[in-house]
Amino acid sequence: MPQEREKQMEETVKLLGTKGSPLSHRAEVALRLKEVKFEFLNEDLAHKSDMLLRYNPIHKKVPVLVHGEKPIAESLIVIEYVDEAFEGYNILPRDPYERAMARFWARFIDEKVIPAFWMSCWTDGETQKGFIAQSKETLTTLQRQLEGKRFFGGDSIGLVDLAGCMIAFWFAVLQEVAGINLLNEEDYPVLCRWAEDYCRVGAVSESLLDRNLLVAHFASKKERIFATKAPVYD
Amino acid sequence: MAASGNPEVKLLGIWFSPFVLRARIALNLKEVQYEFLEEQLGTKSELLLESNPVYKKMPVLIHDGKPVCESLIIVQYIDEVWAGSGTTLMPTDAYERAIHRFWTVYVDDKLYSSFLDSIMRYRTDEAKAEAEEQTVAALQLLEEAFDKISKGKPFFGGDTIGYLDIALGCFLGWIRAAEINGLKLLDHARTPLLCAWAEKFYNNEAVRAVIPDTMKLAEFTKVLRSSYQNRVPPTK
Repeated sequence: MPQEREKQMEETVKLLGTKGSPLSHRAEVALRLKEVKFEFLNEDLAHKSDMLLRYNPIHKKVPVLVHGEKPIAESLIVIEYVDEAFEGYNILPRDPYERAMARFWARFIDEKVIPAFWMSCWTDGETQKGFIAQSKETLTTLQRQLEGKRFFGGDSIGLVDLAGCMIAFWFAVLQEVAGINLLNEEDYPVLCRWAEDYCRVGAVSESLLDRNLLVAHFASKKERIFATKAPVYD
Repeated sequence: MAASGNPEVKLLGIWFSPFVLRARIALNLKEVQYEFLEEQLGTKSELLLESNPVYKKMPVLIHDGKPVCESLIIVQYIDEVWAGSGTTLMPTDAYERAIHRFWTVYVDDKLYSSFLDSIMRYRTDEAKAEAEEQTVAALQLLEEAFDKISKGKPFFGGDTIGYLDIALGCFLGWIRAAEINGLKLLDHARTPLLCAWAEKFYNNEAVRAVIPDTMKLAEFTKVLRSSYQNRVPPTK
């Protein structure tokens, strides 16, 4: 084994994250898929640790992966780094065109699907109707990408599935707390089936917080989120 | 590098778009012949709507009939497909790649947003000044990043133009145009490294061939601003 590789595998891996955060979940699942030994350091986002501030001074957000002394921030960037730095499971496809497609749909989830759904939950009146219409469109577009496939990544989960973790687990929680019914089996049978399959994958279920805890958490923060429209994951 | 070329590689774009420029610079650096299909301002061609139905935006790279959308995704695709040709755009080390990616996200999320506010979307003079300050602050962070990442070499990518150089460099024409229109953005006192980098980037053959004329951009910025004001009147 080349010296660089050996050195890399000996370096410690820490993940600064928050169990309730879907972004943190993405990074955690990536590490589990690669069977990387890592230490999960839970961040209290109301009282950020010195470590977090040192390793992500620009954004001060989770997740941050620390490989040896090297910090990597931004969940999708962490996933690509983990895919490249560690051997084993392929999180991104190997073919350049398929990689481009995976990156496209991961971005679509972050730029369009999540914001529309989030705002559907925390607005009311005509504004909410607008966001709900937008959200339905984005979910329909995304669901089409699953045609004939078990996961977005094919037979096993990949970048887009990880990017979509919030849809698979958090959306049902959020809509329950917000009192809307957007993502349901009747309207999105394929997406809902995917969500169940995603949550059942070993590396995923090990990383998920208990659903009831998550519901209780968001219910307790409901008013604050409604006012600020900002997520509160811990 | 010209408008006609390899029919297998087409790029849908428009003269002023910095995002389209990213794709053109990347294709030039990889020495890929391509056909540039220029869109007209105000209309979207059938081909654009067909090949980017989700966003209906440029650039779109069409390679062997298959469309690739989103400028940064296109640049990475070009680097991966034509790996043996021209210069390498992404660093070879995984950590360095993560650093480039981190800063390109920062460029698109923070720098671009403040910059657009400062030249076009501001509602009041105060808002304009604040947006200018935020743009300068973002450039300051990028100056520090350049110092760490370049390790004394001319580009973020080292000896040759890399991914982050392209992601940031595509805005240089616009930045210069904004400076002609009165903003103070890049500055030899505050951002000396970026000023030196900008010169080298501008003078690179692959960039010079496609970067739009600064005066033309300066005029175009004014047009964009007044059309924005008509759509969104200033607050008192």
